[in-house]
Amino acid sequence: MAPVGRLLLILGLVTTLYGLGASLYGARAGGRAWVDSGRRAMYALWGMTAIAFVILDVAFVSSDFSYNVVASGSSTTTPTLYRVAAIWSTQQGSLLLWLLLLSGWSSLALFLTRRRVREITPYAQAVLFGLTAFFGGLMVFFANPFATSSTPPTEGAGLDPLLRHTTMMVHPPMLYSGYTLMMVPFAFAIGALITGRLGADWIQVTRRFALAAWLCLGVGILLGARWSYTELGWGGYWAWDPVENAALMPWLCTTAFIHSIMIQEKRGMLKVWNASLVLASGSLAVIGTFLVRSGILSSIHAFVSDPTLNFSFVALIAVMVIGSIALVTWRREQLRTEARLDSLVSREAVFLFQNLVLVALTAVIFWITFFPLISEAITGTQISVGPPAFRPFVVPLALIVVVLSGVGPIIAWRRVTLAKLRRSFALPVLATTVALIVLLVVPGVIDHKLALIMFCAGTFVVSSVLQEFVRGVRARRAMTSEAPLIALGALVRRNRRRYGGYIVHAGVALALVGVAASTSFQQSRTATMAPGQSVQLDGYTIRYVRPTATATPEKISFGAILAVTSGRQQIATLHTSYGLYPSQDPTRPIGRFFDGSNETSVGLKSGPLQDIWTAINPNVSALQGLINQGDARFTKFLSDAMAMPAAQRTRALSELYSLRDLAIRGLAQRFVTHPWAPTFLFIVSPLVTWLWAGALLAAFGGLLALWPLPPPRRRVTPPSPRDKPGEAVAAPEARARELV
Amino acid sequence: MDPRRKRAIRLTIALTVALLLASALVYTSFAAGREELTASQLIKRAHPGSSYILAGTVLNGSVRRQGSLLLFRVRDPKLKMSVPVRYTGEVPDPFAPGRAVLVTVSDGGPAGFIGQPGSLTTKCPSKYQAASGSY
Repeated sequence: MAPVGRLLLILGLVTTLYGLGASLYGARAGGRAWVDSGRRAMYALWGMTAIAFVILDVAFVSSDFSYNVVASGSSTTTPTLYRVAAIWSTQQGSLLLWLLLLSGWSSLALFLTRRRVREITPYAQAVLFGLTAFFGGLMVFFANPFATSSTPPTEGAGLDPLLRHTTMMVHPPMLYSGYTLMMVPFAFAIGALITGRLGADWIQVTRRFALAAWLCLGVGILLGARWSYTELGWGGYWAWDPVENAALMPWLCTTAFIHSIMIQEKRGMLKVWNASLVLASGSLAVIGTFLVRSGILSSIHAFVSDPTLNFSFVALIAVMVIGSIALVTWRREQLRTEARLDSLVSREAVFLFQNLVLVALTAVIFWITFFPLISEAITGTQISVGPPAFRPFVVPLALIVVVLSGVGPIIAWRRVTLAKLRRSFALPVLATTVALIVLLVVPGVIDHKLALIMFCAGTFVVSSVLQEFVRGVRARRAMTSEAPLIALGALVRRNRRRYGGYIVHAGVALALVGVAASTSFQQSRTATMAPGQSVQLDGYTIRYVRPTATATPEKISFGAILAVTSGRQQIATLHTSYGLYPSQDPTRPIGRFFDGSNETSVGLKSGPLQDIWTAINPNVSALQGLINQGDARFTKFLSDAMAMPAAQRTRALSELYSLRDLAIRGLAQRFVTHPWAPTFLFIVSPLVTWLWAGALLAAFGGLLALWPLPPPRRRVTPPSPRDKPGEAVAAPEARARELV
Repeated sequence: MDPRRKRAIRLTIALTVALLLASALVYTSFAAGREELTASQLIKRAHPGSSYILAGTVLNGSVRRQGSLLLFRVRDPKLKMSVPVRYTGEVPDPFAPGRAVLVTVSDGGPAGFIGQPGSLTTKCPSKYQAASGSY
């Protein structure tokens, strides 16, 4: 099937080029038929890419190692579910996923806008075809996912053990969806700039795509953080790694965009700002993709560096950035604002200030992320910058954003009187003051001033959001006399964008309170312990109860059961393990099973107030002497077996491999029968659960804001005597259905 | 006040604030950033009492463990030269021979360079050498 897949990619590229030409010709010549034909070419491209994707994924699932990407990214020992996901662990497979998602979202956007913004659509279509041509061209000319080998290996290299995690099944497609969805508003912004149709139309038709991009990127970032927390064995969820930042930057920029477009829709202001933001978000999405793929910055997530791809991506980014700047400059007169700020104490002023802070945050992260490259270009030496470089800027800016996300919902548009201001702020400020007093009483909180400010800011946001919900429910009940919960449901259902947004604000505030608490008040220690020994941490006694060990064809796993107590109370039983995957070193018939990649499975007791986290490092060096002996003996046995006549050799090798498997199982079991002391990392972190819960709440709010409103109910007029009898019966039934 | 003049003043203030923040950012980046040295640069420059960030790849066959101590050599990617490192503390899961690493070290004399606990970071390529049909 590989030639079919390759042919589909080539046909897809030809279709893309046709679509690009048809869209541009249709736009220039005003031929609607050409534009429609171009749109259908996008549907066809999506269909071809989907079939190609399925062909490749079937090859992964069936372990067809004649495909080079399958041989390098999967194996027969890789569990089936992970084989399905292994396709995007490879460079070529992930490019195919990018094209699939980009053509899919583009098809959806073009279908939904086929009868709207008709002047802009042809150019937007051409931009989307330009982007799909880029990714299609990369696969056709430089990174062929369907490349095959005439002498396929009997076994593949396997999926990186670190990627064998449930979140990794969803995390990359979510991030890629975010990046590719962002291309839709980007393309329509370009179309609007080219045609000079710079009203709010293009924003209205692409707003949901921007929101969906924001949601997908946010969920992708959340899943990545969760994976880091439960899989990487260091106990953290964010390391300011370039690839993490690559997803965060477009997310922040899109956050600014989905706020500022409200001002353009409502007041006709910030046109140049909105156009710039959406173009920056689109460019940052491609920069993010480039960062993951290029390996130009040290990252734990990057694919292997490929100079051809690097050059192509740099060229695309240059075209996007330079083209965007040129278009905005060209249209600067038409982008002039229709209104001015009435007052600095108004919702639009708060939105504008919040936008500036979000853009500053993006700029800071961009600068520090790329600083090693910048410094190398200026000074000629490579410089490392870590989390300490980010904190002095990111923490205060994040605090300002949180406070503003509490102010935004309760301040009025245009102009606010002092009395109104007092009425809106009284309760949130009171709640914040009470929180401050309570927190000052809690020992140790005053020593972490930034965390204290974040707790107070979080209280302010949550209380201002709650106040808005209560006010809305009261107003609705005054009009309809509904029960409180029904009024709440109706209120949210009818104003999904507004109340969904408020829920996002509360969720983000809760998540950042979790971040502040878990980073400021975390307690950790490492300890090397034998079974039966215990350590004290943050009032808990953690006892190493017993070791565990398993050996399967996939991996050897050393683990530990630990009991956590507080005084005489049993708090939790934790199980942590450390998986060792084999390497393919032929010189070490036994040692290679202990030499490959590692993966940690953490022991975790999560609670609403505290997480108790542990990871084990089994110090396999205790087995080194036995492993060396095994290597020497089995190397000799193997060479003896290879010298035998062919008929005896097969039997001898089979027996030898059985003995080897037995020896490996025996070596693993020594961790239980002759236990030595492994090293543990223990962490007690407060409020980590708030981070996950807050982020999920924000995702729910985002989904709510994204969900389409039901179509407006049409008034049903009573049947006139002239109507036919059948219709006269149907009309009252329809009316009854609507009332229900 | 003349609105044009008012706008000019606002713009000047905004640009000044932006310039000050940008200067602070540039200064902090250079102040917080530390030079990465290759094995050959480290041998030339290292002197006792100072710490350095060593960058390179883990030399194949050099990784050994002695209890909680991890011994390995970091190779200069361009020159055929490597330096020994004695490291204790957290070892990232992707750490393996042939992988690119960063570690903060100080000169430990004849025993080699001593890695600062918790400073070892590893770059993880998407592919790895693995599994045969049996174990």
